[in-house]
Amino acid sequence: MDDDGPVIPDFGHGSSCVTDNRTFCWDWAREHWGDTLQPAVLQHLWLTAIAVAIGFVLAFALALLAHRVRRVEHPVGVAAALLYTIPSLALFQLLVPLTGLTTTTVEIALVAYTLVILYPNIVAGLDGAPPEVVEAARGMGLTRRQVLTRVELPLAVPAIVGGLRVAVVSTIAIATIAAFLLPKGLGYPIFYAIKLPEPFKTEIYAAGALAIGLALVCDGALVLLRHALVPWARRGRR
Amino acid sequence: MTRGAEIVFDHVTKRYPGRDVAAVDDLSLEIAAGTFCVLVGPSGGGKTTALRMVNRLIAFDEGDIRIDGRSVRDFPPVELRRGIGYVIQQVGLFPHMTVRDNIATVPRLLGWSRESIAARAAELIELVGLDAADGARYPAELSGGQRQRVGLARALAADPPLLLMDEPFGALDPITRSRLQVEVRRLHREVRKTIIFVTHDIDEAVTMGDRVAIIRQGGRLAQYDTPDAILARPADDFVAEFVGEDRALRRLALHTVGSLPLDACAAVSRGANGPLPRVGRDSTVRSAVSAMIEAGTDAAVVVDGEGAEVGVLRLSRAHELVG
Amino acid sequence: MIAADTFRPGIFVDALSFIVDHPGFLAAKALEQLVLSGAALGLALLVALPLGIVLGHLHRGSGIAIGASIFARALPSLAAIAFLLPVLGIGFLNNAIALAILAAGPLLTNAYEGVEGVDRDAVDAARGMGMSRGQILRRVELPLAVPLVLTGIRVAAVTVVATAPIAAIAGGGGLGDVIVNQASYRLAGVLGASLCVMALSAAVFVGLVALQNAITPRGLRRTRVVGELPPGKELQ
Repeated sequence: MDDDGPVIPDFGHGSSCVTDNRTFCWDWAREHWGDTLQPAVLQHLWLTAIAVAIGFVLAFALALLAHRVRRVEHPVGVAAALLYTIPSLALFQLLVPLTGLTTTTVEIALVAYTLVILYPNIVAGLDGAPPEVVEAARGMGLTRRQVLTRVELPLAVPAIVGGLRVAVVSTIAIATIAAFLLPKGLGYPIFYAIKLPEPFKTEIYAAGALAIGLALVCDGALVLLRHALVPWARRGRR
Repeated sequence: MTRGAEIVFDHVTKRYPGRDVAAVDDLSLEIAAGTFCVLVGPSGGGKTTALRMVNRLIAFDEGDIRIDGRSVRDFPPVELRRGIGYVIQQVGLFPHMTVRDNIATVPRLLGWSRESIAARAAELIELVGLDAADGARYPAELSGGQRQRVGLARALAADPPLLLMDEPFGALDPITRSRLQVEVRRLHREVRKTIIFVTHDIDEAVTMGDRVAIIRQGGRLAQYDTPDAILARPADDFVAEFVGEDRALRRLALHTVGSLPLDACAAVSRGANGPLPRVGRDSTVRSAVSAMIEAGTDAAVVVDGEGAEVGVLRLSRAHELVG
Repeated sequence: MIAADTFRPGIFVDALSFIVDHPGFLAAKALEQLVLSGAALGLALLVALPLGIVLGHLHRGSGIAIGASIFARALPSLAAIAFLLPVLGIGFLNNAIALAILAAGPLLTNAYEGVEGVDRDAVDAARGMGMSRGQILRRVELPLAVPLVLTGIRVAAVTVVATAPIAAIAGGGGLGDVIVNQASYRLAGVLGASLCVMALSAAVFVGLVALQNAITPRGLRRTRVVGELPPGKELQ
C-alpha cells in the first residue's frame, strides 16, 4: 500500500476506532503525536512567534511616530483598517508571485495582520496617560523622551498587553490558513483530513483543539504577564 | 534647605492670537526672596498663565521674568523646571510609581546617589505629615489630601528655591483644605522658600500670603500689597468688590488677640449684659469680636493656654485696629 | 495545494483583464459570497446581539462576554468549518454557522461593552424620573450604546466577508471557489478574484460606515469613525 499522497492513517493497523472513523480516537492521537501533531504545534508556534515579534516591533515604531507626529496617526490608522479587510487567503495569493511558496510569504501576511491589530492599541495606550500626569511631569522638568519612557510607556502597558493578547490569538487562528501554501502548522493536518474521501474526524478535532488550546494558553500567559507588570492596578483605596 | 529666590516680573505680556484681550497684560511684580506671594483674582483672569510663564510651560511675548536676576529665557526649559517645584490642582502623581518613587523623580533626574535620595524621601514624607509606611503605597491607595501632600513632597524633593502652586487645594473638601493650608504655612515658616500660589479664593489668599497680588480680567495687576493693606485700602472699586464688603472683619481675622494691647483684668469685670466671654490669646480678633457680639458685651477676658487670665480686650481696640 | 506561477509584473494586469473578461461569473460568485456572509451575520446578530445587550444591561457576565470573544477569536475559521464537517457535511449551512461563530465575537463584546458602559448618571436620572427597566433599556441605554454596537456590527461584517473565501474548501461557494482553484483559473484568475474580495470588503466597510453615521443619534456623532475602539480594548 504505497501512498503518493499525504500522511493517511494506515488502515492496515489502525484500530477499529480509526477504521470506523469514530468521533475521536485517542490511540491514533497518541500514536501520531510524534510524527504529525507535535511537529505541527511547534511549526505553528514558530510561525506565530516570528510574526508577532516582527509585527510588534513595526507597530511599536509606527505608534511612536504617530504619537510624536500627530498628523500621521489618522492616515496610518486608515491604512491599517484597510489592510485588515484583505482576506488572508487573498493576501497569501497576492504575495506568492512576489515571494514564492515560502515561509516568507506566510510571515509577511501574518506580520501585516499583527501590525494592524497592535498599532491602534499601542497608540491608544500611549495617548491614555492622564493629562494632569503628563502636565506634572513636564512641569517637573522631564524631557519629552523622559516623559515617554518614564510615564507614558509604563502607563501604556495594559493597552499594549491587551493588544498583544488579541494579536497572538488572532495570529494563531490565521496561521492555520498558512497550510494552504505550505505543509506547516496546525492547519496542515486539518486540510488533509478534510480532503480525504471521508474526512478523518480524529485528526481534524485533534489539530483544531490544539490550535484553540495553544491560543488560550498564550492568552493566559499574557494575562499573567500583565498582572506582573502592572502592580499599581492591583491595589485600591484601603 | 536652600533659601528662597527673588522673582521679578518685568512688564510681561502674553497675547493669544485671535483674541482682543491679552491673557497677561504688562504685569510687573517684585517678589522678594522667601516671600509667600499669592496671585488671586477671578477665574480665567490670567493668574495661572502668569504662573506657568515662570517655568516656561507657557511662553511670554513681551517683557521678562527674572529669577535671582537671571532671565528665565537664559536657561533651557528642562533645566529650569528641575530647579522649580510645581504643584497643580489634580496633583498628577504618577500612578505607576510608589509614593517614594514619585518623590524621588527629580533627584533621580539630577543624578543624586541612592542613599541621598532615600534619606531625602524619608525626610520629606515626615515633613509633609505622612506616615513612613505610606512611602511604599501607590497613589490609588491614598485619599485626596494625602495625594496632595505627596505632590508637595515631590515638588520639594530637589530642594528648589522656588515653589509654584496652582490652586492646589481646589479639589479638596473644606476640612482637608484648611488642614493643608495650615501645613503649607507651617512649611513655609520652616523652609523659607519663595512660593507663588495661585487661587481664586480671596479668603485663602489673605490667610496664606505674605503678599497678595490681585490680578483682574485681562491679566492686569490691580493691587500688590500685604493682605492687611489690601483689605484696609483697596486700590479701586474692582478690588473693593473682589475682597468683599466684609473686608473689615477679614482684617480682624488676620490678627491674634494677643497682638493687641490689653487692659488689666480688674479694670472691667462685668459687661452690661452679664459675665464677659473668655477668648484664647491665640485666637483671632475676629472670633473675639464674634464672642462679644454673641454675649452682648463690649469686652472679653483673654486667657492663655492653661486658662489663666492675662487681660481684657476691649471692643474699642478692634476699632482702632481697622480704623 | 497551489502551484506558483512565476512572477511577472504583468500578472496584475492579467488579473484585471480576468475581471473584465468574466464580469457575470464574478458577479454571481460575489453574490453567493454576500449571501453566505449575510446569513452568517444574520445568525450571529440573532444570538450574540440580544445576549450582549441583556448581559450589559444587567451588568453581569463580563467574564462570559470577554471569554466568549476570546474564544471566538481563538477558533480558527478553518477549524470551525472542519469541526462541523462531519456533523453537517459540506454546503451552505456548515459554512454559515462557522462564519457566524466568527462574527459573534465582536458582536457580543461590543454589544456588552456598549450597553454596560452607558453613563451610570444617565441611567440613574432615568430611574429617578420613574422609567421602568424596559423603558430605560429602550430609551436610554440602547440609543447611547448605538455607536459601539454599530462598530461591532461593522467589524463583524467586514471580517465575515473577508474570511468567507475559505468556505470554498467545504462547498460554500463564493469567490473562494476561484481563489482555491488555481489549477483551473490560473494565477491571474486567483488574483482577480482576490481583488474582488478586497473590493467587496471595502464596499461593505464604506457602506456600513455611511449607515453608521446616518443612524447614530446626532448628539453622539464623532467626526472620526475609523480608529475607534481598537480591537481588544476590552481586554485592558
